Amino acid sequence: MTPLRVSIVASIASILLILVVLELIRSRRLRERYALLWLATGVVLLVLSAWRGALNTIAGWFGVTGYPPAVLFAVATLFILLVLLHYSTVLSRLVDQNAILAQRVALLEERLRASGLPPDEEE
Amino acid sequence: MSDPSAAGPRVVAIVPAYREEGAIGGVVRELRAFDPGLDVVVIDDGSPDDTAAVARAAGAAVVRLPFNLGIGGAVQTGFKYALEGGYDLAVRLDGDGQHDPTELPKLIAPVLAGEADIVVGSRFAEPGDAYRPPLARRLGIGLFARIVSLLVRQRVTDTTSGFQALNRKGIALFAADYPHDYPEVEATVMVVRHELRLLEVPVRMREREHGSSSITALRSAYYVVKVLLALFVGLFRRRVVPTEELT
Repeated sequence: MTPLRVSIVASIASILLILVVLELIRSRRLRERYALLWLATGVVLLVLSAWRGALNTIAGWFGVTGYPPAVLFAVATLFILLVLLHYSTVLSRLVDQNAILAQRVALLEERLRASGLPPDEEE
Repeated sequence: MSDPSAAGPRVVAIVPAYREEGAIGGVVRELRAFDPGLDVVVIDDGSPDDTAAVARAAGAAVVRLPFNLGIGGAVQTGFKYALEGGYDLAVRLDGDGQHDPTELPKLIAPVLAGEADIVVGSRFAEPGDAYRPPLARRLGIGLFARIVSLLVRQRVTDTTSGFQALNRKGIALFAADYPHDYPEVEATVMVVRHELRLLEVPVRMREREHGSSSITALRSAYYVVKVLLALFVGLFRRRVVPTEELT
């Protein structure tokens, strides 16, 4: 069985994660699009932490007989991997877009210079 | 560009377009036929096709984004264009031809009369309208209409309409802050929270001439979850733009 204290601490940690993510969205430091996976992580971990029967059952399915909370670690690790993978794809897209922007700015600058207009320092 | 000393408000039509080379030419020509004094700006959201060239050939100013920003980023580009261009009034239409320019006076009149800051053309404000989207879409639109009506304490029937007219206050608000993907639902709430007056008027919309709606079945789940989350979190958010700055 999962020790009660582990369930309580894990539940509190999951709730904290959810609250921090919501606050980050509210203060516009995190866009909804990139928050959804974190919120899913928080909710799944909260369910598995608070619903002790489910955690024990799932541990049974995977043959984790000694210490059911090990399943919590496994699930948390899986979600963190998903988030990281997702961010790698986002990062790759940003790198591509950044290159396109730099090229556009350089080409526009050259076009401005060639047409004799001073480049706009403001804005 | 119209003459700034000329009488009457300066109006710009903002048309976001992505992969609309088949429809955009007709949309621009229709707008210019409706009112030759109207400035038309097409925001080409990084289309790989000839959308920008077709729009330019039809006589529109074209702002070409270097890559796809999504509808929210594209439309906001248009509001920034309107703000920097010093326009008194902006109308927004979709680039696929589903919004009929001859309906524009219904949207513009309440703004000019000072009755509203933002007027939205609704497909559902009048019962018995011919427009019937697929069931799933209708349910989603109905759900959001109900939630948004509750949040803004005002009856709203069409929270996904991109057929709008805005005065300078509305332009300034959306130029400063506009939601990113699937923006209209959140934008409706934003408008009222910034104490701008929102008005819905019934309009007829046409069937799409080309292409399909940008909201596919697969994206619908993300759409619903994202917008619900944004609406919920938005309740706890301070105003982005102080009301006194919106002049």
